[in-house]
Amino acid sequence: MKRLVPLIPIAVVMGLAGLAQSALNDYYQRILAVIAINVILAVSLNLTNGYSGDFSLGHAAFMAIGAYTSAILTLPVRMKAVVLPDLPPWLGQVELPFAVAVVIGSGLAALVAFIVGIPVLRLRGHYLAVATLGLMVIVQVIALNWQPFTRGARGINGLPPFTTLLWAYGWMLVTIAVIWRIVHSSFGRAMMAVREDELAAACRGVPIFRTRLLAFVCGALFASIAGALWAHLITAITPSSFSFLITFNVVAMVVIGGSGSITGSVIGAVLMTLLPELLRRFETALAIGGQPLYGLSQIVVALMMLGVMLFRPQGLMGRRELPEVLAAMGIGVPTRPSRVEAAGEKTAQAQTPG
Amino acid sequence: MLTPSYVAQQVINALNIGSIYALVAIGLTVVYGILRLINFAHGDMMTVGAYVALAALTALAMPAVAALLIAMLVVSALGIVIERLAYRPLRGAPEVAMLITSLAISSLIQNGATMTLTAQPRPVRLPAELTQRISALGLSFAVMDVIIIALAIALMVALTLFVQRTTLGIAMRACSENVRVTQLMGIDVNRVIAVAFAISAGLAAAAGVLWTGKFGIVDPFTGFLPGLKAFVAAVIGGIGNIPGAMLGGYLLGFAEVFFVAFMPPEVSGYRDAFVFVLLLIVLLVRPSGLLGAREVNRA
Repeated sequence: MKRLVPLIPIAVVMGLAGLAQSALNDYYQRILAVIAINVILAVSLNLTNGYSGDFSLGHAAFMAIGAYTSAILTLPVRMKAVVLPDLPPWLGQVELPFAVAVVIGSGLAALVAFIVGIPVLRLRGHYLAVATLGLMVIVQVIALNWQPFTRGARGINGLPPFTTLLWAYGWMLVTIAVIWRIVHSSFGRAMMAVREDELAAACRGVPIFRTRLLAFVCGALFASIAGALWAHLITAITPSSFSFLITFNVVAMVVIGGSGSITGSVIGAVLMTLLPELLRRFETALAIGGQPLYGLSQIVVALMMLGVMLFRPQGLMGRRELPEVLAAMGIGVPTRPSRVEAAGEKTAQAQTPG
Repeated sequence: MLTPSYVAQQVINALNIGSIYALVAIGLTVVYGILRLINFAHGDMMTVGAYVALAALTALAMPAVAALLIAMLVVSALGIVIERLAYRPLRGAPEVAMLITSLAISSLIQNGATMTLTAQPRPVRLPAELTQRISALGLSFAVMDVIIIALAIALMVALTLFVQRTTLGIAMRACSENVRVTQLMGIDVNRVIAVAFAISAGLAAAAGVLWTGKFGIVDPFTGFLPGLKAFVAAVIGGIGNIPGAMLGGYLLGFAEVFFVAFMPPEVSGYRDAFVFVLLLIVLLVRPSGLLGAREVNRA
């Protein structure tokens, strides 16, 4: 029975997504889909930035890889002849289902992360920040210049609008489930050990480099899925869709929610999607002397990030997860005791006979 | 195409860009050396400097030299304020904490400028005596080109003298060796760090003024990419090392300009990608940079 408990929220989320898809208007559907995409981005960025302790700023790069791959692979053949006439024939003739394109894109992103990770992760964590930001610039420049594949600055538009709420929330649940399992596995504990004390972890036999690299690759893989979903939600992508702004906002979600908590990332993503969306209305409404206050919503995001860092550096959730919070409040399922505690109980029982 | 005068022209160009990268990289490296902070808001100091100088030039009709000095002073003060508010409270926190606040500050500056000054690029009209062209030795270049190189070198010499000769400069070097021991020696570390930030921001402001002087426009995002590239320059030279930052700045300037000048035109669009590929290569081959000492992992 207990194993089935996680299925309840999954069923509820998918049910609600299905309901929303048939009941809500396009505007609200789009916001809900963006929330799901941002949750995927934040939860996956948390793998490196929160759990393995390497601060990556390259998420937009992997998003772009996923988005462009999926766009090129799913665009109907006859549209491709018009939009991307210079594609090599083997690409020009294919038209893959969305799910397959997403998987191929995430594989590609993981490969790029692997190749880039090898030089970059040899260094201490915060070099990763600039190097991954550099990766973002590289990917953007390639998207801008590789005309036959990306159509340069004009971007690719008229993509099939595959990203329904069911797809978005389906992928979101897959992401959360997989990353939850990763974090609560021995690999996840290795990541946290590396984060806490690299030397001590190495002494206990944790393969430091491999652990950090794998965390980076996993994060890239899911970022690419989010990118593909984004592309088929907006149905048009340009190189500037995947700018530093996106990375910054995802980092803000992770930091505000709490680095090292999946629940925190989800909360951060929901909050930092809705809040700027609301504030954006004020930008034009609060116009001073006829001049709209563009930038206001981003300023609030930055101030919140600053405030969190100064006054609550662990973020809203710290490193706690939802089940623990619920259990502390006396609601719901008690968390499964970790293996260490369970072992402790067993020995305690063994020592007290009768 | 590859006439001597074309090559010489590109060398002047490279010296220009390199000088600016060097100034920005020094600021990054000085702060990094002491606090181990990659300051993402550093490039935005260039932007602020450029705006301040532009306001001084146009609204207050100041001479160019005064505008430059005002920009450096204002931005130095801003650097001190930012250090006090956003970095000092986080000293001793995990390394990424300050990195995150510097990201937030960068976004604040960019969007603050967007909100108050609009994202519209503003043209910078220099006084006529700066734009006039000189012809010498079969070359033709603007007075501004010479000023950029001369001013950058003057600032670098001044900084080197400051760091080598003055007590405060020596204290600064001591801090970048080991902050805690420096404090035990009776040095007011807070003051040293504030000075480091002031110098760093002031140099960035000068670089920003020179940059907009060269390219003729400024917008809220002017400094961000040069700021990132300056980090690449600092890494090439060996981060934390001031002569390394200068060397890295000029090397990067030459690499970038020559890449555009001597590669086929269809490749030149990849210039920014080339710079960061260069970073990856340096990280792979010689992570400690050309002049840097191997970084010790202080556990």
